[in-house]
Formats: sequence, C-alpha cells, structure tokens
Amino acid sequence: MSAIFGAIFATGFFGSAPVHLALLVGGLVAVVSGAVGTFAVLRGQSYAGHALADLSVTGGSGSFLIGISPLWGFAGTGVAAAGIMDMIGIRKPRGRDLATGIVRGAGLGLAALFLYWDTTSTNTTGATITILFGSMFTISGSVIPAVALLSAIALAIIFLGYRPLLLSSVSAELAFARGIRVRLIGIACLVAIALAVALAALSIGTILSTALLVGPAATALRLTSRPGLAMLWAAIIGLAATWLGVLLAYDSFTWPPQRSGWPVSFFVVTLVFVFYLLSALPRLRPRQQRRLRRTPGRG
Amino acid sequence: MVHAWTIATIVAIVAGVVGFFVVLRGAAFVADAVPQGAFAGAAGASLVGVSTLLGLGVFALAGALLIGWLSRRSRSDVATALTLVVLLGLGSLFLSFTTEYAPEIFSLLFGEVLGVSTNEILPIAAGGLLCVLATLVIFRPLLLNSLMPELAAARGVRGSRMELCFLVIVAVATSMTLPVVGALLIFSLMIGPPAAARSLTSSPLLALLISVLVAMATVWTAIAASFETDWPVGFFVGVLGACWYAAGRIWVSLRSRRAVRDT
Repeated sequence: MSAIFGAIFATGFFGSAPVHLALLVGGLVAVVSGAVGTFAVLRGQSYAGHALADLSVTGGSGSFLIGISPLWGFAGTGVAAAGIMDMIGIRKPRGRDLATGIVRGAGLGLAALFLYWDTTSTNTTGATITILFGSMFTISGSVIPAVALLSAIALAIIFLGYRPLLLSSVSAELAFARGIRVRLIGIACLVAIALAVALAALSIGTILSTALLVGPAATALRLTSRPGLAMLWAAIIGLAATWLGVLLAYDSFTWPPQRSGWPVSFFVVTLVFVFYLLSALPRLRPRQQRRLRRTPGRG
Repeated sequence: MVHAWTIATIVAIVAGVVGFFVVLRGAAFVADAVPQGAFAGAAGASLVGVSTLLGLGVFALAGALLIGWLSRRSRSDVATALTLVVLLGLGSLFLSFTTEYAPEIFSLLFGEVLGVSTNEILPIAAGGLLCVLATLVIFRPLLLNSLMPELAAARGVRGSRMELCFLVIVAVATSMTLPVVGALLIFSLMIGPPAAARSLTSSPLLALLISVLVAMATVWTAIAASFETDWPVGFFVGVLGACWYAAGRIWVSLRSRRAVRDT
C-alpha cells in the first residue's frame, strides 16, 4: 500500500512549500476560471477570453518594464482591453470577433515593443518565457492577498449578476425587454473574464490561460445543461486538472530526457483536453434522453 | 535587405488574399489560433533538428484538421480554443527540453523579417503561390459558402468540405508567413487590411485587390520603420492593422451619415 502511495506521490511532495503554494493558488484560480468560464462559453466569448489572455502579455511585459508585480499588469490591461472591446464591438457575432481581433493585434504589437525593451534593457530573455508560459512553482507567497482579492471580485460579479447575466446570455432581446441593461451586463462579464484570465495567466502562463477558462466549462456544459450545476462541475474539473497537473509535474523531475521536470502548464492543458474528450464518450450521457432527442415524434 | 522586401511582398499578397476570406467568414479566431499553434511546431522542429518551416507546416496542418474534426461535434469557438491550447501545451513541453532556444522564441512570436535567409525564399514563394492559386480555384464556391451557406448548400457546395479547404489554406499561408511577421501578429496582417477593404467597396474582386495593396503598404512601411528605429516589425504591423480597421470604420460611419442626410 505504502509502495503505491510512494510511487504516486514522490518524496517530499507534501512537505514542499512551492507545492503548497501551487496547490493553493492554482486551485483558487481553477475554481474562478471554471465559474467565469461557464459564462464565457455560454455567451460564445471563448475568443474574447483568449484575446484578453494575449493582451495580458502586454500588461505583463509592461509591468516588467516599470518594475511592478506582473499580476497588476495582467489585471489592469485586461480590464482596460475589455472596455475597449465593448466600445468598438459590433452587435453581430462576426463583427464582434473582428473587433476583438483588432484590439488583440494592436495590444500584441505593444507587447512586442515592451518585450523588446525588456530584453534590451536587462539583457535577458527570461522575461519572455516567464510571462508567456509561467510556472506555478515560481509563484511567490506575497501575491496571495492580491490573488484572493481579484478572485473575490470576479466571483462577486458572476454571483451578483447571475440571473440577468444568464438571461442576457440566452436571449439579449428578452433581457432588454425585461429592462436589464444588456450592455452594462456585457461589460461586467468581460471584466470578470479578464480578471479570471489574469489570474490564470499568473499560474499557467498567459497563452495557456485560455485552457482553464474554456476547457473545464465546455466539458461541464456537455455533462449538464443546467448553468448553475455546470459552474460547479467546471470548477471541480478545473481543480482536478490543476492539482493532478501539479502532482505529475512534481513527479516528472525524475523523468527523461533532462531530469529537470516537465512544465506544469503542459500537464494541466493536456488533462483539460483529455477530460473534454472523455466527456464526449456516449455512455456518460443519459442514453434514453439521447434516443428521444433523435426521434422526436415517436418517443 | 532585398530578401526582406521580396519575402515581405509575398507575405503581403498571401495575407491579403487569404485574409479577405477570413474577414468574410468571420473566422478571426481560427486565423489567430492556427499560427499560434503552429509556433509550437517550430519549437518541436528545433528539438528534433529538422527545418523550422517543416515543423510549422506539420503543426499548422494538424491544428487545422483538429479544429475541423472537433467542430463537427461541438461549437467551433470551443473547438478552436481547445486545439490552440493543446498545441501550445506541447510547445511549452518542447521548449522546456531545450535551453538554447530562448532568443529564437522572441523572433518567432514577434517576427524577424531581416533574419530570413536566402534558401528560405523558395519554399515560402512556392507555398504562397499554392495558397493564392488554391484560393482562386475555389473562389466562387468559397465566396458563396461564406456569404450564403444555405444557398451554397442548395447549389451543391458542401459546407464542411469548403470549411476544410479554407482551414488548410489558412494553415499553409500561416506556416510560410510565420517566420516573417511572427506568430502573434500574422493575424493583424490577415484581418486589418481586408477589413478596411471590405468597408471601402462591396465588390468582392475589388475588395480583394484593395486588401492586397493595403497589406503590401502595411508590410513595407513596417519594415522601413523597423529598420530605422530597430523596434520589432510586429509592433508596426499590429498598430498599422488597427489603424486601417479604424479608418474603415470611420469611413463607413461618415458615408452612412451622409446617406441619411441626402435622403
């Protein structure tokens, strides 16, 4: 028994401080991303989530330049970009994607410039990798209050605005007729997405934070059609992927080819994708319901 | 410097032609995800020691096919996002295996047009020609399918097949333009100029032409400015792309205001 235990949890897993921190911060981030991501997927804003993640590269590299914690750079640019996107966004979904893309392109241009200045002023290329791919094992303990605060804001937006948000996601016209300020709700949702992505950027890196936002939520929405339940599932799936990812990454320090460990982000992303593929397996879905749906008149 | 101009012109033509359909189909996310995913292929190629262009090509095609396959069962934006992150996850794994690769990442992500070598021109030109020819061959069915999918289906144009053709064209265009303008910014070149062209005219062929010309102007200005200031090319491409888009939007709103006043 203890041999199996020892094989799964490599020596020192429970005693290591970076692991504790990774589990704590990563877990919190996964829960927030899952809850917010459900709305991102419901509203068809996966692309906005991805673009906001990329834009936080701009914030991250800018904050390296002026020497503040990247988290504030991530969050600040995210919220600003969410505002710009809504300002120039067009009502049609096709137009919205274009507007999102344009903001993303301009933001990344700035990021290129900032990173160029980062690398020429400090003569290292480490900043690029840290910002883009991140690592949960290098999070410093001092960011925990900020992470907790931003998580609380993101979750508060989602829970306080739950019903109007849901209604405007399903039918914007109906929500408008009910007197809900659809545009305000839209901005609030984008801000929540931006915050969630900023947090994910800190733990698994900016260009992979889309994985935590979209993956668990899309999986959860395949398992259940009830939004509340889907948020719960998404949080659980995200948490499972993150924690298993941390565990595997810790174990991988003894793996080939370099014995220096495989990246946490790789494990997290792969697990998220595997969960998504598993959710497509037909036996996980209630079989009878599916048959009824396929032949409507006869059931 | 001559190499840079030649390559940049090829890239601009391809981005202008392919980008026109990207804008028309509203496929901004796909056009964004394929280059970024392909970037992982470059890291893989440097790991096993083959040509970067080959790695880019393989990953871009694999990404396009995976998007096509996944979006048959789920929403296409979710499929695209998941494909992208899986490819990038692999990329981060490859990067962790090599240590000497770091400076090259920056140029692959953000572009290094002056660093393109002579023996890379031929494959890039061939790939570009292939993309433009393929687009022109399926121009009419693709146009119909992008604008009116139902009508196209009634005319016997298969939607899923057109989507796949389109994805493959984007993949080929991507893998050849990537070393020049960089993974993160190809996409600005693919949507900024065509979006501006679309708002100037409603005739498809004219829009295609304008889009190519604007893309060329963008790349040439970006290279010249980058040569003068030594700042990354990607910065100028990204900002100019956004400027074209803004100009297009302003033009449309001015024209519609005038139309309202005239009536």
